[in-house]
Amino acid sequence: MLLITCPWCGPRDETEFKYGGQAGVSCPAEPEAVDDAEWGRFLFVRDNPRGPFAERWVHSAGCRRWFTVVRDTVTHDFLPEAR
Amino acid sequence: MSGSRLPTGGRIDWRRPMAFTFNGVRYAGFEGDTLASALLANGVDVIARGIDTDRPRGIMSAGAEESNAFVDVQWPDGWSEPMLRATQVELVDGLAARGERGRGRLAVEPSQARFEKRYSHCDVLVIGGGPAGLMAALVAGRSGARVMLVDEHRELGGALLGTRYVIDNAPATDWVVGVTTELSAAPEVRILIRSTAVAYHDHQYVLVTEHRPAPGIEGRLWHIRAGQVVLATGAHERPIVFADNDRPGIMLASAARTYVNRYAVRAGTHAVLFLTNDSGLSAARDLADAGVEIAAIVDTRQGRVVTGTVGGDRIEGAIVDGRVIACDLLAVSGGWNPAVHLFSQSRGTLRYDQRLAAYVPDRAFQATHVAGAAAGSLGLGDCLREGAASGARAAAAAGFGDGSVPHLPTVEAETDATGSVHPVWVVPSETDSWDTHFVDLARDATVADLRRAADAGLQSIEHIKRFTTIGTASDQGKASWMNASAISAALMGVPDGSIGLPTFRPPYTPMSFALLAGRDRGVLHDPVRTTSIHPWHVAHGAIFEDVGQWKRPRCFPRDGESTAQAVLRECTAARTGVAVMDVSTLGKIDLQGPDTGELLNRVYTNAFAKLPVGSCRYGVMCRLDGMMFDDGVTSRLADDRFLMTTTTGNAAAVFDWLDEWLQTEWPELRVRATSVTEQWATIAVVGPRSCDVLRALAPSLSVDAAAFPFMTWRAADVAGVAARVFRISFSGELAYEINVPTWYGQAVWEAVIAAGAPFAITPYGTDALHVLRAEKGYPIIGQETDGSVTPQDLGMDWVVSKTKRFLGSRSHRRSDTARPDRRQLVSLLAVDPDDLVPEGAQLVLDPDQPVPMRMIGHVTSSYRSAALGRTFALALVKGGRGLIGQTVYAPLIDRTIAATIASPVLYDPENRRRDG
Repeated sequence: MLLITCPWCGPRDETEFKYGGQAGVSCPAEPEAVDDAEWGRFLFVRDNPRGPFAERWVHSAGCRRWFTVVRDTVTHDFLPEAR
Repeated sequence: MSGSRLPTGGRIDWRRPMAFTFNGVRYAGFEGDTLASALLANGVDVIARGIDTDRPRGIMSAGAEESNAFVDVQWPDGWSEPMLRATQVELVDGLAARGERGRGRLAVEPSQARFEKRYSHCDVLVIGGGPAGLMAALVAGRSGARVMLVDEHRELGGALLGTRYVIDNAPATDWVVGVTTELSAAPEVRILIRSTAVAYHDHQYVLVTEHRPAPGIEGRLWHIRAGQVVLATGAHERPIVFADNDRPGIMLASAARTYVNRYAVRAGTHAVLFLTNDSGLSAARDLADAGVEIAAIVDTRQGRVVTGTVGGDRIEGAIVDGRVIACDLLAVSGGWNPAVHLFSQSRGTLRYDQRLAAYVPDRAFQATHVAGAAAGSLGLGDCLREGAASGARAAAAAGFGDGSVPHLPTVEAETDATGSVHPVWVVPSETDSWDTHFVDLARDATVADLRRAADAGLQSIEHIKRFTTIGTASDQGKASWMNASAISAALMGVPDGSIGLPTFRPPYTPMSFALLAGRDRGVLHDPVRTTSIHPWHVAHGAIFEDVGQWKRPRCFPRDGESTAQAVLRECTAARTGVAVMDVSTLGKIDLQGPDTGELLNRVYTNAFAKLPVGSCRYGVMCRLDGMMFDDGVTSRLADDRFLMTTTTGNAAAVFDWLDEWLQTEWPELRVRATSVTEQWATIAVVGPRSCDVLRALAPSLSVDAAAFPFMTWRAADVAGVAARVFRISFSGELAYEINVPTWYGQAVWEAVIAAGAPFAITPYGTDALHVLRAEKGYPIIGQETDGSVTPQDLGMDWVVSKTKRFLGSRSHRRSDTARPDRRQLVSLLAVDPDDLVPEGAQLVLDPDQPVPMRMIGHVTSSYRSAALGRTFALALVKGGRGLIGQTVYAPLIDRTIAATIASPVLYDPENRRRDG
């Protein structure tokens, strides 16, 4: 079980959190202007890197705040440039 | 009958005899015995039988690596456990055990035994209480660090308990007592005995199973987050593979030594030692000192081997150089495998050590320090030195002490080093047969199996493991993986140590599901949520169903009434008179702030920003993919305040959804969301006479349709309680939903029942609710929808704005979402009006087509309707709206039901009834 540092509450067990997937996925500014393929990529396609990955978590059983961290998907190290 | 008890000695308590039974026969042992030592002392040879071969099996070890002596144990308090290792079962008075044939028998009755969980943190977790672990705990403890020391035995000492080592010119066990005394007195040190670290997960998360921590508690599961971990887990001696190496009386040399020294038990009277290293010689010395005649020492370093054995239910001789040497004990030392299980679980890498002919820890992945035999250092002096060093290093890494190592106790030179090891993995038999060269005793897997794997071309140890089943039993290959790896390497013609070991996985030793569950069983498994009116429902005979964690009445059967009859009666009351339902479980979210209208505009498919104060509106929410997520009625309480309702099951998910968007994408919106589900009790009064009931309860409220129109709400005193009354309907009938603070829920409910008595007011439950809404074609989220259904699929285009942007709006124009042949909501009327199509039934157009049939849809809801006087169903059917009037078929196992497709709204399609 990962030990995740909530920016507000400090280090807590993974079971207190819910995962929010890749961070920084922005919705096309004008959804009506993009074609189905691009909209589909926004909806369904996410990176799956081996290594650093910016991802979202919410401290759902704690302060309920969303935050972004960078986690190494191989080592589970949380890298410092998060937030 | 070769094992026997010595007259004195050992670490058993001679003053405390204990009675137990094995396979129904009464025996006696002592406190401090294991079941295995007590059985050996009583001369019991055969403990279990091979799972496939049915060959007799005895005791082959004195610890966790046991792969023969599996037993079912009935504890004196009634709790029973299958598949325990007799070598790790602590003898208690009144214990009853049975030998197994490879697989256990689960108890039939649920256990009442109590199990617990504890969550803990420490700076340094030391795993293993032998010389290395004790030294590590001592040094780390003296630094002031918070230390936990975990050991699987009933007392600390590890290998020192089974040997006769000397530390500081005194028996090593004296040193153990001194260290234990100091550790016990240290305020920041916690010692867990009878405790096994079974799992070492990411981020220093270690699970420890503690056996019988206190009277009345069978087990305790520790979840420990450790700053630093010291692994002092020791090493397992390994067997040597030769013909008929499975007979009772063949055991590890270190085990035979432990039984004489620790338990005062001779495992035999005349022994042959078969060894590859010096540790077996020490065993021979201890056995001889205990009066065991040493018939021969067969040392591979002198080029000698045991090629086979003779005997029946007990070994009678070892075959050496073609001659049979009579013996009743064959003590084997093939070398030592460091117990790298936890190190490997924690993702540390291993390397092959030629000197030991074994895999040892290489690079740690986490904050892990390995000391002593676990690191491949088998000598006592090395164990103490490495234990001290790793304890100091771990404490310093945790911020305690300077990492310096104190003065070490003195030991005799070269105490029990293995010397050189001359590994012999497998000894060919004289007959060229490999069928009784057992590699994994627990699986009855042999060299013949490994040869078949090699012949099949398998090269990965993971494939070989699965092909041969070696190492897949509950001992997880502690005594077999190294041999299997080395023998396979030889069969492939590659060097020793080149094909590795299979992946080590938790748990290190088996753990029961009861321990995993702890107290999260029965009513404590999950919270039960009840409404403030729940006691009334119980008192009035409600039959309940679970909706999420909520208990909701399904129906209120009267005496002699079936549930089906009750539902029809309740439906009839709602359609013709008045009925009342507790709908407090609906999710309620109080939304406040000047931008609340804008938020609702974005999350609902329809417009809310201009909803007037005092009005209510039905809304649908979609996920970004355009699929329906939830629905409910939201009312405007004030300019900057709305009350949103959600489905019962989705209340938390909708709240999370709003919170996520407000925090992450729309922080500019000034809105606060608060869950108020449990703050309000909600009572739905439904039916043409509902206005009469409300008139009596709330004299100040104008209830006629002109003054209090559909889809509005009013603040009013109801039965003397300040309430909000909503004119909304989930049945199509005239209906009011009365919201009062939860504390008043039951009082107002009882007032409604009293005021409704002249009109025969009828309480109803979720079954009737489902029928009433389905007659109107109203979908239920999660029943008509499954995450792949759009509002348009349900024929609800009217609730989807064509002009504004909302969550999911772009997806409704994706080609797949907009195609005309999607599954659409329709109703089904079975040709036989009494026939009930099962929910979930698949639908086809041609029932005579060959299997597999082309399915065009499925039934989502199916009921008997009082109002329609027949059965009906709702279904999702491909292009269903264009098939109205056609016949479809539901092919079932025993028959096929024909039904006509109709509009989903079967009752009052003109909505004439909602104003009464």
